[in-house]
Amino acid sequence: MELIAEGLACRRAGRLVFEGVSLRVGAGEAAVLRGPNGSGKSSLLRVLGGLIPPAAGTATLGGRPIAEGEAWRERVALAGHQDAVKPALTVRENLAGWAEMFGRPDRVDEALARFGLDALAEDPAGWCSAGQRRRLGLARLLVVDRPLWLLDEPTVSLDAASTEVFAGVVKAHCAAGGIAVAATHVALGFGGPEIRLEARRAGPPDAAAAEEGAAAADPFLGEDWA
Amino acid sequence: MNAALALLRRDLRLAFRIGGGGPLGLAFFLLAGLLAPLGAGPEQAALSRVAAGTIWTAALLACLLSLDRLFQADLEDGSLDWIALGPLPLEGAVLAKTAAHWLTTGLPLTLAAPVLAVMLALPEGALGTLTLALAIGTPALSLVGAVGAALTAGVRRGGLLLSVLVLPLYVPTLIFGAQATERAGLSLDPGPALLFLGAVTLLALAVAPFAAAAALRVNLR
Repeated sequence: MELIAEGLACRRAGRLVFEGVSLRVGAGEAAVLRGPNGSGKSSLLRVLGGLIPPAAGTATLGGRPIAEGEAWRERVALAGHQDAVKPALTVRENLAGWAEMFGRPDRVDEALARFGLDALAEDPAGWCSAGQRRRLGLARLLVVDRPLWLLDEPTVSLDAASTEVFAGVVKAHCAAGGIAVAATHVALGFGGPEIRLEARRAGPPDAAAAEEGAAAADPFLGEDWA
Repeated sequence: MNAALALLRRDLRLAFRIGGGGPLGLAFFLLAGLLAPLGAGPEQAALSRVAAGTIWTAALLACLLSLDRLFQADLEDGSLDWIALGPLPLEGAVLAKTAAHWLTTGLPLTLAAPVLAVMLALPEGALGTLTLALAIGTPALSLVGAVGAALTAGVRRGGLLLSVLVLPLYVPTLIFGAQATERAGLSLDPGPALLFLGAVTLLALAVAPFAAAAALRVNLR
């Protein structure tokens, strides 16, 4: 399985976030995505996750195109800035909920232990510190069977020991033939090919292009309702 | 199917935890209904004339008030990304979450409605029809409300906007629901009104999951 993208572009709210992004990540590789703030790293991960349709360009994963939508999303796990943690549920309930939804409830204990959360398992997730919340968010990756991991600054608020544990988890995922793409500003302790995004040109987009972009990006305006 | 049940269980669990507001919809329904005798006076004949309409209006508002966080909470904490990536189509996820909303709001107030009916001096013969009509009609309130909740998920303090969007769409359910109850109170056949009420719910069931899922996809971009 190989992730290949060619000439990807992304528009959000009529603004061009990035364009002409091409990348190739083979099975067992963990690519690192770098670029200054606002260069579109998170947007690129959401495009690769199938959540934002690309404004231009194509991507394939194991030969199947991103245009498949549902079938593409079913091979992706996205660990974004938010950890999808419900403070009112216990740590275990949080993780078990996702595990049941994704069909792997047998892996919950293993995932909790791996991220050192077993001692907290029965506490409400609202009691967790920022780092513990992030570990719980990352533990979701282990309770789903997804070949492509998209990681958005995964080590933010993790301590050195947890960063190392997480690097081990990603390496194990890659050793099993998985693919990871991680956006980061710091050293992750893993990583293969590097993808660079350039800083976005300053200044507003020119009016005509912006308007056209808005119409294309807005699903209500973009569609022909007649 | 398992994924839908997992999502349903999670939402039910959340509804009864701190900040979930599960039982609050029911409490609001009873309180709102009790305001009518305070405002209209205790005279039985006057109360029983407005009883059906009051109960239905209270049910509408109780549903509405618990709707605004239906998708917003999941959008804000990133859960919606994972629901969208999950094995369940977004339409199925909408149905599961709407079912959870109905189980925590529509169903309890349907079961509690006879209590309110007695306090509002609803004619005795209409009690059964009232419960039946609420059971048929309240799923439509959750379903139509889900579309509004999906549209306003990204809007801060979208509760008012949600009300403005959704309340007009609640009108058919209100009319046929109150009509069925009133006719039963007058010993007339409530059948036609109940059939229309069912038709509105079925229409909502057919349309709402797709409309809400489309709105959520926009919010995810």
